[in-house]
Amino acid sequence: MVNRNSLNSTTGNELPARVVVAMSGGVDSSVAAALLVSQGYEVIGMMLRLWSEPGGESSNRCCTPDAMALARRVAARLDIPFYAIDAQEIFNQTVVQFFLNGYAQGITPNPCLVCNRQIRWDFLLKRALALGAQFLATGHYVRLHRDGNGKLQILRALDQSKDQSYILHVLGQEQLAHALFPLGEFTKPQVRQLAREFDLPMAERSESQDLCFLGNGDTRGFLERNIPQVKNPGPILNRKGEILGEHKGLAFYTIGQRKGLGITAPLPLYVLEKDLLQNSLIIGTQEELGWNELLAAGVNWISGEPPAGPFRAQVKIRYKSLEAPAIVTPLDQGQVYVKFDYPLRDITPGQAAVFYAGEFCLGGGIIKNNQPQ
Amino acid sequence: MSRQSVRDMNRSHKIYLDYAATTPVDPRVIDAMLPYFGQVFGNPSSVHRLGQQSEAALETARETVAQLLNCQPNEIVFTSCGTESDNLALRGVALAARRDRGAQHILISPVEHHAVSNTAAQLAELHGFEVEMLPVDANGMVHPNEVAGRLRPNTAVVSVIYANNEIGTINPLAEIGEICAEHGVPFHTDAVQAAAYLEVDGEKQHVNLMSIGAHKFYGPKGVGALFIRQGTAILPIQTGGGQEFGLRAGTHNIPYIVGLAEAFRLAQQERVTRIERLQPLRDHLIGQVLEEIPHSRLTGHPTLRLPNHASFVFAGIDGNALLMMLDVEGFACSSGSACKTGDPEPSEVLTALGLSRAWALGSLRITLGEGTTADHVEELLRVLPRLVANLRKIH
Repeated sequence: MVNRNSLNSTTGNELPARVVVAMSGGVDSSVAAALLVSQGYEVIGMMLRLWSEPGGESSNRCCTPDAMALARRVAARLDIPFYAIDAQEIFNQTVVQFFLNGYAQGITPNPCLVCNRQIRWDFLLKRALALGAQFLATGHYVRLHRDGNGKLQILRALDQSKDQSYILHVLGQEQLAHALFPLGEFTKPQVRQLAREFDLPMAERSESQDLCFLGNGDTRGFLERNIPQVKNPGPILNRKGEILGEHKGLAFYTIGQRKGLGITAPLPLYVLEKDLLQNSLIIGTQEELGWNELLAAGVNWISGEPPAGPFRAQVKIRYKSLEAPAIVTPLDQGQVYVKFDYPLRDITPGQAAVFYAGEFCLGGGIIKNNQPQ
Repeated sequence: MSRQSVRDMNRSHKIYLDYAATTPVDPRVIDAMLPYFGQVFGNPSSVHRLGQQSEAALETARETVAQLLNCQPNEIVFTSCGTESDNLALRGVALAARRDRGAQHILISPVEHHAVSNTAAQLAELHGFEVEMLPVDANGMVHPNEVAGRLRPNTAVVSVIYANNEIGTINPLAEIGEICAEHGVPFHTDAVQAAAYLEVDGEKQHVNLMSIGAHKFYGPKGVGALFIRQGTAILPIQTGGGQEFGLRAGTHNIPYIVGLAEAFRLAQQERVTRIERLQPLRDHLIGQVLEEIPHSRLTGHPTLRLPNHASFVFAGIDGNALLMMLDVEGFACSSGSACKTGDPEPSEVLTALGLSRAWALGSLRITLGEGTTADHVEELLRVLPRLVANLRKIH
């Protein structure tokens, strides 16, 4: 692991390194802050004030008045300064618009990727550095490693069930040079235990997995309010082109989805594909489901350089999916072609395909297509 | 006050430059308060000797405050803070004027503290009063002739802040008061900021009501007073026992009232010395900031402003981010859009000056006080231009 303690000189005459920790009022970021304080860093807590839908003011889960009050209490307990930073406009312009545009185009976007790239590890990092900080820390579960050539690498968290390298594959060397992930070596139960030991107020709170700007997790209502054209009914077809029913708008369905199709059939039916041109939803049986290849674009290589040629890797196609063995072939223009050893059920355009070699996260890109032409 | 205690506070690497937000309690004030917590703790409404001793302290405090405001002791009502004084003045007078003469018009300035503007807004919402805003000039000043043209027979109350907290501008109270007096309309002023440095004289300034709060002049938080000129029709807004001439029910907070009186006495007694020391520091600060930081402007009046008060706007920066950077560098300052929740909106006051959003969001308020030294100002001047430049680079 990267030994950042050498930078964190509390024994010599230098001042301790200054680190900004992104706080959300949750257990993870609070324990991250507490660990950094105990390691002797000069810690500054920051919370991003993110966008929430007009009318649902303060409903952004990451920065409700409650979450902010909690983060302030943690900061006071740790005796560190705490500041809230306004990021509403840029969050709306980047993350929310990306989310809406994605759905408008019929894909299933992952806004957390954009948030990490453009809000946390750009907007916030710039502000942290302007404040004289050397590092930005978050409560993500990943580990950092410096290889023999001095390159920084992202490793999966020790706690595989909490590993967040999928989300952080968007980072590069420039950002990692300033990154600290204090939780990468811990399991979630250990982190909860640390929260108790540090006597942090939220040790026992549960956490939501919904997108932060969807106040109540109602993606569908959010889409209907913000992009009315997603309410665009069309036919539900099988592979033979037979009409089986009517869908409510392609945006409301995702590849591999079984529930909510409104069709009774002897065998369970799944969403196989969205035909955007015909506005039709193609469904079929479990046997028909699955693809063994994909094309991804806008690929980020954490090392900064694409591998020279095709290589074997484990590939993860959703945050919570298992990785699958595949051959990854870098193409021109930041694209890759991925050929899996066996078909996967839910390769979903808009989600990321992230490549791993053992513990190392190599990078990833956005899935364009599950059936490359 | 003794500068030692504030210096102790600053030693924890903080340079406090936010005296308009609040001030530390002067040790002499603490000494005056201490006997009234555990020794002379009686309720001044009680018949027994202990109560009588507390009552004596209460009435002595009232006498002190009355002398300083050049009025009679029975014209002073103690409250819990400047905001409560504003509430009692506005709500109490407006409702009495409604009851007595069917009044329904309230005239205030757009540079009032929220204690006044939000009270007026509620009177409009719940009681149907019409709230009219006086115009202000680009320095945030109310002009007396603007008041004259807007008074009506059914005007319940006029309220104009003595010196604004955000921009420091001092309003021409006496002239406005005279006009109101001619028309027989009660005139209230929020003197919460002004009381620390300006002359406060109910008689000379022709005010019917004047609010003050102790913590702005080295007294404790949680106590204020309201001057109510004899003959001003007013209703209580907190009902209960008959304390404070029936205008403010509730057991008297004797140690805090004693603290307010002592702090106010010291503030007025040492007023000239304090101003003579602080104003040159403040003028130097303003001059240097405007000279060294491009695209910077002073907000509020260049000369008719609180002597310890400097306020600026810097184009194209986020004032909250600047406050944060200053804090990390060890300077405690404030801003017109100061918001701890990271949701910056330009303040109504800065907007009333006609500043665009891009300017108004980048505000900074630096207010000096008894603990401020020339070194503090120099240290700030060494850091501030660099921080503003850094912030401008981020965008």
